Amino acid sequence: MNVRQIIYLATLFAASLLFLFGLLGLSHPRSARRGMIMAAFGMLIAVLGTLLHQRIVSYEWIIGGLVVGTIIGIPMGLWIPMTKMPERIALSHAFGGLAVALVGVAEYYNYHNELSSFNMGAIGFEVLLGTVTFTGSLIAFGKLQGILSGRPQTFRGQNLMNFILLGVALLILIFLVVQPTQQAVFYALTSIGLLLGVLLVLPIGGADMPVVICLLNSYAGLAAAATGFALNNPVLIVCGSLDGGSGFILALIMSKAMNRSFQNVIFGAFGAEVHEPKSADAGGAPIREGTPEDAAELLKIANSVIIVPGYGMAVAQAQHAACDLAAILEKNGTPVRYAIHPVAGRMPGHMNVLLAEANVPYDQLFELEAINDDFPRTDVSIVVGANDVVNPAARNTPGSPIFGMPILNVDQSKAVIVLKRSMNPGFAGIENELFVLPNTMMVFGDAKTTLTKITAAMKQE
Amino acid sequence: MNKIEQFSLLLYVFAFAIFAGYQVISKVPQLLHTPLMAFTNAISGISLVASLIIAGEGRSLTSSILGMVAVTAAMINVVGGFLITDRMLKMFRKKDKAKP
Repeated sequence: MNVRQIIYLATLFAASLLFLFGLLGLSHPRSARRGMIMAAFGMLIAVLGTLLHQRIVSYEWIIGGLVVGTIIGIPMGLWIPMTKMPERIALSHAFGGLAVALVGVAEYYNYHNELSSFNMGAIGFEVLLGTVTFTGSLIAFGKLQGILSGRPQTFRGQNLMNFILLGVALLILIFLVVQPTQQAVFYALTSIGLLLGVLLVLPIGGADMPVVICLLNSYAGLAAAATGFALNNPVLIVCGSLDGGSGFILALIMSKAMNRSFQNVIFGAFGAEVHEPKSADAGGAPIREGTPEDAAELLKIANSVIIVPGYGMAVAQAQHAACDLAAILEKNGTPVRYAIHPVAGRMPGHMNVLLAEANVPYDQLFELEAINDDFPRTDVSIVVGANDVVNPAARNTPGSPIFGMPILNVDQSKAVIVLKRSMNPGFAGIENELFVLPNTMMVFGDAKTTLTKITAAMKQE
Repeated sequence: MNKIEQFSLLLYVFAFAIFAGYQVISKVPQLLHTPLMAFTNAISGISLVASLIIAGEGRSLTSSILGMVAVTAAMINVVGGFLITDRMLKMFRKKDKAKP
């Protein structure tokens, strides 16, 4: 054991602790940035320590990769707009999966003649998880970005085929543990992983994206942990399990908020079930349509207002317009709060980030449990581009596909203003009886334009 | 140290990290879930330490190239991940004391 090795091991240990305590900082917005800086420092010393590792003999490829990665990473960090956050996160999961898969392939390529069964098993898991994460995240990115259709792409026997592929992959893995030198079999495993990633994510619809993104986050972490087992590197295991655990916990929170079962989450098979567009009860009922001016009249006499944002707000980039309206209301002495459903948007916390970007203080953002009992005491709720998360069918209609899902009870407030582009149903493909309630006023049009008009109407006395 | 002992030690690390991670991550409020994902993305760039060794090992041209691409991909996550987490966290603020 020489000095270089001791420094290397010490930096890895310090980095592990810094990552864990950095993550602890994220338990409150006050300490979050401090935590992030700790983790970034941990990353720096882990990299510096690794550069001392005796297996490293040349630096040109390393420097090339670090430079190119930095050049691409800076614009991805600084210039991507907040509304594109789900796409950006999906893309970075793809990079994470790619890095891990390539490390596994290179390890196998170099050492396939001297691998122990244990290392082979770890590399096999690493490559399988890495490749699934890579292609799966690319498909998720394509769907979010609109390159691929956001609708579920399904065909008969899809789940069966995925299960068979997964089964074959696991059998190959066992075979490789016994026979590590069978190169063709290893590359077959890599290919199956790439294919499986595509097939697992294709059937998933846009509204289920929060769960998928969390799951891919989890897979990326587990792949990194498997790398740690393969290379005997504890910091990879620590980081990988933090990442994997975080993704898994978020996936569970999301699935609970969508009233989906645990198995649904694990196997990612949820997109496959076909939602029947039913509930004719809302079909022919009359809706009350209003102009932005009507909405402004309603808001002028309101004593309390809750704004409920959804994915439509992100699409219309209406967060600043919503914040402007809230400012006018507060100037009139009307308190404004925001109610955030856990699955509003396309990723966990999506709405919070958008509103924070529009300078909404975070103590005005309320989680579902914290605000739901206040709706009956609220004069006006403004729904901005949310649909399924405010559909009372989740409470009232036992046959509905979303029955049992926790929703924001906006229908209980004295008046509801719904901003919506058209009467088209939301992603779950079900009618929303909120829209036909007598205390609901529908204002159609682009959410940003409508909010700006309401604000303008509020300003004229 | 034989392979079994090594594996069992790594398993300890894994189990304790999962437990600690669960405790810590459960404390993160819904408010910060997007920054949490960006943050874990950034630290999952720790696969950089494995990629560096592959890229610098000089075993073969193929593995050096694979290693360099892996370093690039991991570095994108590290740089981009920390920058975007920082950008997001800076936006979260409390209500101003100066009320109109």
